Amino acid sequence: MVYIGSALVGGISGFFGGGGGMLCVPLLSMSGLDTKRAHATALLVILPICILSASIYIANGYFDANAVLCAVIGVSLGGAAGALILDKLNGTVVSFIFAVIMIAVGIKLAAV
Amino acid sequence: MSYQHVIIIVSALGGLIGGMGMGGGTLLIPLLTLCAGIEQHLAQAINLIAFVPMSIIALSIHRQNGYVAAASAIPIALIALLGAAAGSFATVYASGRVLKICFGVFLTALGVGIAIKNTVKTVKKFKSKKQSKKQAYKTER
Repeated sequence: MVYIGSALVGGISGFFGGGGGMLCVPLLSMSGLDTKRAHATALLVILPICILSASIYIANGYFDANAVLCAVIGVSLGGAAGALILDKLNGTVVSFIFAVIMIAVGIKLAAV
Repeated sequence: MSYQHVIIIVSALGGLIGGMGMGGGTLLIPLLTLCAGIEQHLAQAINLIAFVPMSIIALSIHRQNGYVAAASAIPIALIALLGAAAGSFATVYASGRVLKICFGVFLTALGVGIAIKNTVKTVKKFKSKKQSKKQAYKTER
């Protein structure tokens, strides 16, 4: 079960260029880690996957230095802010809003 | 607003959610394609690259707090790497349109999963609160 899950985490991350982390957290929880540890450890699993997948994407010509630079600046600033305000928010409410946005965006993408 | 400004703003939004540990990448990719008009494959590549510095910073913070269980990560990471290589090569052969539709279905399923999980959690919390109130009432009498 864990082996299949691991292959799926990698396959989804590679194919969709993301999203593996959200599958990795429940996988790590199943192998006995608590929520905080599962979230933190998921990053360690995803990091090598990102490096490998990104190299394959770049090797196939999917790269735009200008856009990447802008994205790195934005993600780093937003990431730091998110980590800082996490403690001050109600996790369940945030997850609910997040779920609604995901469903809306998902339907929009699939319907185009 | 220029193309670069749009990218910085949507990336900050994706990073904000990612920093809260809720899969910012899953939202950053559609934000990049829908708001900035970036091609699907390129958006995925941008997300993968942007994730690297962010996760290195976050990992160093988590490691200091003792939250990183490296022993559990290694076997999963090794198998996942094989899957990642296969997925990355496969994606080159998929058209942007097909990828977009598959990604939309994946996002919707994830969103529904998160919503269900949260509903169950909230109901459980509510029930246990009710029960403890009942017990407190009984012991009072």
